[in-house]
Amino acid sequence: MMCLVNGLKDPFEMINNPIRVAILGSGKIGIDLMFKVQRSESLTCFMVVGRSNQSIGLETAKLNGFTVSDKGIDAILNNLNEVDIVFDATSATAHLHHWDLLKDSSIRVIDMTPSKLGKSIVPAVNLIEAHTCRHVNMISCGGQSSIPIINAVSEVVKSIEYVEVVSSIASKSAGSATRINLDEYINTTENGIITFSKAKKAKVIIVLNPAEPPVNMQTTISFQINNPPLKEILSAVRMRVEEIKKYVPGYELVIEPTQIESNRVVVIVKVVGRGDYLPKYAGNLDIINCAAVAVAERMAENIMN
Amino acid sequence: MSVNNINVTIQDSTLRDGNHAIRHQLGADEICRYCQAAELAGIPVLEVGHGNGLGASSFQVGIAKLTDYEMLKIARHNLKNSRLAVHIMPGFATIEKDLRPAIDLGIDIVRVGTHCTEADISERHIKYASSLSVEVVGSLMMSHMVDKYTLLEEAKKFQYYGASGVSLYDSAGSYLPKEVEEKVSYLVNNLNIQVGFHAHNNLGMAIANSIAAVEAGATIIDACINGFGAGAGNTQLEVLVAVLKKLEIETGIDLYKVLDCAEIASELIVKYPPFIRPTSIVSGLAGVFSGFSKHVDRIAQQYNVDPRDVFFELGRKKIVGGQEDMIIEVASSLRYKKV
Repeated sequence: MMCLVNGLKDPFEMINNPIRVAILGSGKIGIDLMFKVQRSESLTCFMVVGRSNQSIGLETAKLNGFTVSDKGIDAILNNLNEVDIVFDATSATAHLHHWDLLKDSSIRVIDMTPSKLGKSIVPAVNLIEAHTCRHVNMISCGGQSSIPIINAVSEVVKSIEYVEVVSSIASKSAGSATRINLDEYINTTENGIITFSKAKKAKVIIVLNPAEPPVNMQTTISFQINNPPLKEILSAVRMRVEEIKKYVPGYELVIEPTQIESNRVVVIVKVVGRGDYLPKYAGNLDIINCAAVAVAERMAENIMN
Repeated sequence: MSVNNINVTIQDSTLRDGNHAIRHQLGADEICRYCQAAELAGIPVLEVGHGNGLGASSFQVGIAKLTDYEMLKIARHNLKNSRLAVHIMPGFATIEKDLRPAIDLGIDIVRVGTHCTEADISERHIKYASSLSVEVVGSLMMSHMVDKYTLLEEAKKFQYYGASGVSLYDSAGSYLPKEVEEKVSYLVNNLNIQVGFHAHNNLGMAIANSIAAVEAGATIIDACINGFGAGAGNTQLEVLVAVLKKLEIETGIDLYKVLDCAEIASELIVKYPPFIRPTSIVSGLAGVFSGFSKHVDRIAQQYNVDPRDVFFELGRKKIVGGQEDMIIEVASSLRYKKV
């Protein structure tokens, strides 16, 4: 019996799950996705693909009984008929190339990078659109944590003059790609918020905190709304949080919608990760992976039917 | 007097850090007239903008009265010999939305500020500005939180990205001179770029700390007229000029004219000069970002909790600059404990 992380089920038990996914990219996101897929009732991890057999990611995958390849995108191209869904957890630049090679196949692609190419999906908002979608983009961690709430508030107000999203994350959960791409993170998240809400204007701020022990990902959402109907906002947000918890178990309201000034309402949410592969404080990475698996499961339903 | 004789460059942060003291409400006339007076006094560098820099106007840290564009346009128009600087914090501002327009307006110096352990989030901003021949100084904020070895490691990243200087920010006003001396001299001895220091006055040490920095080899010192800055205020510029004069360290600033400038400023913008209030002392002891002061006052009152408790709790949680939203959470949890 191989050593399994967190008592997850044995990969060989997953053979009955009909929908086969491949994970492209064996970094932290990719390996955490691998464990999340292992827990899924409808998905089987067909292969974990990296570029070096000696990488920590591929070693971990092998140790846990997964099939691995170090051939990058070629490993997928050589198995086009064996794979239904690919998670691309490489980089935005690499993803452009990968999608180019996969777009004429029947494989569905869930893009974890900030390439902004595919259809943006936030499960608690538009999971239904993932049904027939071939190419999905997961926006950003801050987008996945704030957009569902902003969308819920949008449903009970006439308009939102302005919305501001401030996320603080543990320094240790921000790898070099995150650090060099803060501007892209801000732009992508602001665009996502505008797309999925009645907000006329959005501003996104991200703060890295090096405190030890590391801080959980926390997001403060501030709304400028004329005559905010607080009661309706409160119930809409509470209901939406329950929806999010279905696929992100560690999502919680820290401060319920609170009126700060006559036209300002604040909500604070927190994400504690599941600790599958990444530490629990890395809620920012957990939420985007949880959302991606929810998308893959919805695609799986469609493929099976 | 020629620029070559200047031993220490004083950066006047009145129109940036001072904005913290009045909830970022500096107006056009105030910027215009202060720039004229400072230029007349020969102050070499003026930093202008929202207290938290470019693109920072927000609920999180305060909505500014004027846009970045308005503030910088007025300053640029009124500064001929003095150079114009801005502050930018990656994570708050982006190159496209904020830095590029500021550079297009003709700023001379960019201070790229990060928390003292996170210099690598500044790589793109520093490279962008220096590729356009704008002088860049990397700012390590809340630098009291880590030791000199970590500071050097982070400062070297700024140097590698192309910054021509690094400045240690005592954002919480918690340094004592011995620590300033230790950290500044370590950086001076191990870097090829200029080293600076930015003090706050929570424990009444701003002038002493600035002098300790100069004696340890720092060549850029930040100061504000009348001490006008966040929390307990900053190093009082006109006092610093006088002390440096006494030490025969040249700044290029005319003493009488800077004293005139101080008079003008106290009538024009510094209507309530910052002083070391009890909560500022606590803030300095707790090591909390000076810019939090006004927010803590307001929120502690709203939640009916002791602001001193809020400061100590923020310090215990190691909250960094930019995390002003944590004040609400801390105040709310303290109130919960009370009932």
